Amino acid sequence: MSETDAGSTASVSDPPATSQSQAETHHWWRLIAIWVVLSAILDPLFYFLAGPHIPPGKMTTTAGGAQFDFNVLLVIALPVLLAIWIFMIYAIVMWRASRGGPEPEGGETARGNTSVQLGWILTTTVIVLFLAGFGTYALVQPNGAGGGQGSSPIWTPTSKTVLPVQVIGQQWKFTYRYPTFGGFETTELVIPDNTTIAFHVTSLDVIHSFWAYQLGVKADANPAYDNVAFTTTSQMGTFIVRCSELCGIWHGAMYNSGVVVTPTQFESWATATEKRLATNTKLLPPFAYTYVPDANGADGGYYPDNIDPYSPVETYGAPQPGQGKGSGSGK
Amino acid sequence: MSSAWRVTTAVGLFAVAVVGIIFAVLGLLSQPPTVDFTAGHSAGQPVDVTLQTVGSYGSGDHPTWVSYLTESPQGQWVHTTLWQLPAHTRVNMTIYNYDSGSPLRNQQIGQVTGTIGHVALLNGKPVRVINSNAGNGVGHTFSIPTLGINVPLYGNNGNANLCAAAPCTVSSPHQIFKFSFTTPGPGQYPWQCFVPCGLGFLFGNGGPMQTIGYMDGFMKVSA
Amino acid sequence: MAIETTQPGGIEYPGEEAPTPLQPVSRRSEWLRPHAGWAIVGGVVGYLIGHWLGNVIASGYINVQGSGQNDVATVLGLSLGVAGFLTGIGALNYPLAKMIGREPPPAVPEHNWVRYFRMTEDHKVVGLQYTVGVLLFLFTGGLLAMAIRTELLSPSSHVFGPGIYIALVGEHGTIMMMMASSAVVGPLGNWLVPLMIGTRRMAYPRVEAFSFWIFLAGYGVILTALFFGGFPTGWTGYAPLQTQASGGMDSYLVGFAVIGIGMICAGFNLAATIINYRAPGMTWSRVPIFVWAVLATTALLTLATPTLVVAGLFGVLDRTAETAFFVNEHGGSNFLWENLFWFFGHPEVYIMALPGFGIVMEIMPVFTRKPLFAYKVAAAGMLGVALLSFFVWQHHIFQSGINPDMRPLFMLTTELISIPTGFLFLVALGTLWKAKIRFDTPMLFCLGMLFNFLIGGVTGVFLSDVPVNVTVHGSFFVMAHFHYTIMGGLIFALFAGLYFWIPKMTGKTMNKRLSKWHFWTFFTFFNLTFFPLFLVGILGQPRRVFEYAANLQTLNDISTISAYCLGASFFFFIINFIWSIYLIPHDAPDNPWDSRGLEWQTPTPVPWFNFEHIPVVLSDPYHYGEPDAPPVADLGRVLVSAGGAPAEAVGHGDVSPPGDGGDLDPRPPIL
Repeated sequence: MSETDAGSTASVSDPPATSQSQAETHHWWRLIAIWVVLSAILDPLFYFLAGPHIPPGKMTTTAGGAQFDFNVLLVIALPVLLAIWIFMIYAIVMWRASRGGPEPEGGETARGNTSVQLGWILTTTVIVLFLAGFGTYALVQPNGAGGGQGSSPIWTPTSKTVLPVQVIGQQWKFTYRYPTFGGFETTELVIPDNTTIAFHVTSLDVIHSFWAYQLGVKADANPAYDNVAFTTTSQMGTFIVRCSELCGIWHGAMYNSGVVVTPTQFESWATATEKRLATNTKLLPPFAYTYVPDANGADGGYYPDNIDPYSPVETYGAPQPGQGKGSGSGK
Repeated sequence: MSSAWRVTTAVGLFAVAVVGIIFAVLGLLSQPPTVDFTAGHSAGQPVDVTLQTVGSYGSGDHPTWVSYLTESPQGQWVHTTLWQLPAHTRVNMTIYNYDSGSPLRNQQIGQVTGTIGHVALLNGKPVRVINSNAGNGVGHTFSIPTLGINVPLYGNNGNANLCAAAPCTVSSPHQIFKFSFTTPGPGQYPWQCFVPCGLGFLFGNGGPMQTIGYMDGFMKVSA
Repeated sequence: MAIETTQPGGIEYPGEEAPTPLQPVSRRSEWLRPHAGWAIVGGVVGYLIGHWLGNVIASGYINVQGSGQNDVATVLGLSLGVAGFLTGIGALNYPLAKMIGREPPPAVPEHNWVRYFRMTEDHKVVGLQYTVGVLLFLFTGGLLAMAIRTELLSPSSHVFGPGIYIALVGEHGTIMMMMASSAVVGPLGNWLVPLMIGTRRMAYPRVEAFSFWIFLAGYGVILTALFFGGFPTGWTGYAPLQTQASGGMDSYLVGFAVIGIGMICAGFNLAATIINYRAPGMTWSRVPIFVWAVLATTALLTLATPTLVVAGLFGVLDRTAETAFFVNEHGGSNFLWENLFWFFGHPEVYIMALPGFGIVMEIMPVFTRKPLFAYKVAAAGMLGVALLSFFVWQHHIFQSGINPDMRPLFMLTTELISIPTGFLFLVALGTLWKAKIRFDTPMLFCLGMLFNFLIGGVTGVFLSDVPVNVTVHGSFFVMAHFHYTIMGGLIFALFAGLYFWIPKMTGKTMNKRLSKWHFWTFFTFFNLTFFPLFLVGILGQPRRVFEYAANLQTLNDISTISAYCLGASFFFFIINFIWSIYLIPHDAPDNPWDSRGLEWQTPTPVPWFNFEHIPVVLSDPYHYGEPDAPPVADLGRVLVSAGGAPAEAVGHGDVSPPGDGGDLDPRPPIL
């Protein structure tokens, strides 16, 4: 939608013309003129100068989509804000009591005007329906726009080469598992460029939220629940990951950075890391989309399945030393 | 009511409010003491830091809570997790673990990372990974997430006669860890234990796990 | 046919002579009768009994022994503490007397200052009690906000540290939400509604008084959270972090449930009063717009708040009886809390916003000297907002992993709600058109509210858009957005209302100069505090963090320093309030703003019985700009009481059209 279109839809929301008198037409045209000029200046100014720099940038398709969506909203919002502000400032300047002026007229004309009211309702309805429609398109088209879609996503990518990356939130850090590389688990988040990534976000305890800022991805990490978010990388570089759901004392310190590298670099990093962490990977539970560790935690003892004296086998379902298998029992 | 009486009551109520606010602010600002390792430190020399973990602190407000303790340069055990350290300096860390262990919720933290040589000495023997499902399991970790440092602390046998009141002495069963790392530039770096060891709290992550001075602290690095 | 003329407690004032209130029956000594002091004693005793009981029950639980934290004792202590507080204030005297078959003593007017520390059946006293109560909440929450901003002065050095910081964040949020849910309805709703609709009493004056005292009990309960170690969840209380948290969480759950009960009581009383107690001639098309706003709000108070109380009960059970409503691993669901909470939480947003709309729309005609523009659209819009607000709650949890196919639907409903919300601006702009605007302090606050709320509303559309929501959800952008709507909207409206009605409520005039200083500092520093936070949010700072990116320090520091000034601006109000009302009072005229509102037609101070005679309403209160408009009501009309005799008009002939009496609604006598 161009700026002029946005402008004309919002124009009906401008001042009510309550009668056809000369003075009123005068106010009316003056207001419209100010508004059209300011909108026509500020909208392109914003769109072309600030628009390309609006977060979250263009590192992925979803980030780019969010940026475009934000800009469209702002281009529509600016004329609306201007219309109301201009009207208020105009009213304050022109119709303040200290300026003298005629006594206001009461009566039916001042109590309402069917065409103004209908015009207002129609205009706002059109804007709102357009925004809802556009928002739905912007949500569906880039596979859910980087938001967590739960365990059964409906806007899935058509690309055949989707790299699954599991994000495990826990108090108070994120770890990442790469199921296609033997399921190693690391605190480093490395993903290849020009690839569709499926983030499978889950938690081992309370709710966290995986916010890969520059990737335009955000998905809550719920315990024992797989929350999937898709994105397709289109630029290389580093990005920040923060927890954006309050999860306890170290919520504010729950961040790290990830990096988008070339597919070849990624391949070599992943195979090397798989090899380096092989000892520990064997001790991990087998890869699963959700993990249901005992809610008591180590020594937790909250729910009454705890027994006394404390036994890791009883409370934790953990195998006896020497039997292998991991602590979190994969589902 | 006379205006003098009005003024008196207004001023009196105002004073009560101010005192209450000051009292509350002081209460909120109270923190465990900071152990200073910078005093008398000469540049280039490593700093020795000694910690211990105890399964239950045994006294104070929360006698059942698990806790870290720090040994001050004067050799006193201080109930704190706040330290002042010089920047860009090697820290030789010694940790006495007096607590029992268990399997980890996430074995990822069973690895030694971020230390010099990616290694820690458990009772003198180098370790890189501790299998928490074997032996006594892992009791706690020493982790500074922003520096990538993570050292799992192998636990003691839970059926042994463990120390239950801080400060513990080496006469109780214990495991000794030694490792080194280099402090970064100035700033405050959170450190913590990642093993959910808060007994009686859901997921084991409440209480001491969310209280500065018990299983959480700051490494304050000064220039 | 009978017209309601009964006084609180069932006293009737028939006939022509002015009602003379009964003198207090000499009973027990003043100090032995229930008052706030006994309430505090009752609260402490109740807490101690509950705590002891909890220790008897639960000290042997494994988790209590392990953690050293007995939630059963805390919850029982707080619950019985609230019960003791209410017993001490005398809330149970009436029902208990009825239960054992005694007739309780009639309510008598009290004229000394002690009445402000009692449970009273006078809605004007309750309104003033609420005013002080709400300001107490507001200033406590404001001090906590100063502490929060102090911690955020630096991205990496810490004043309070992370644990205390999140406790402060939770405490600030909860106190402010509790305050805001009653901010306007409590003080102004209770004080104004009977006067605006022309009645002498509330429908349920004891329920009304109960709602205030339980609101105050909620303040005590939520403050105890800081002594129990605070709660780490923020005001949203997300489980299972809630289940894991330390003892302060019990204060949150009990406190919010207690406040919820008060909100339900307040809502029922106001709804019943507005529907049944309107004066003759006060037809639905003549009801002041503020009353419409309160009516729409009561629908939300009574229908949405029970969800909160139930959710709080579930949370308490999870923490004490180790049920698992919200713990996935034991058969519950963390989504259950999110849904229950926001099913209350979103209507709660409009519980806060709608009365603010009402105030602004009520005040603007007075200072523009014009009728309210599009009155019917405004009333319908507020009812529409109330209805739609039940269908938008999942927009708070777009990224939580709820069913994705719900997302377009909730995006649509959320954006639809901006249509009726936008009517506020239609009405405001239409009222400003060719007006003669007087910029007294209430009007300044109204214009400030419109300015802020527009920003808050427009950013709300950004948040409702799911792709943009992916970035801004859970960031400072959200935080700035709702501060613009609640603080910039509701609190500005509250101060507009207070400056407007304080001359009537207290009979004293506020100092004009200090009032204007308050507005200008408040408005400037409010915007300087919160506008940078929009930028901070889209630049990637999540909410409720104690550490942030170093490059955001400048914006955060601008916000913090402005926040200190914003906090300081309240001193203009406090000093003005204490100075003008208490220290050097100046009597206010009956109608200083030259308003046509029915409440302004009463003498100042308003008598205990409000109206000497039940007024007969002749028009809506917006006939400005009409030199020959009739008065808003016939106040001189004398009516026969509920005894059964027909209403008889002996009014001041020139204002009472003959035959008007025949149009009156037949109403049953109120028992």
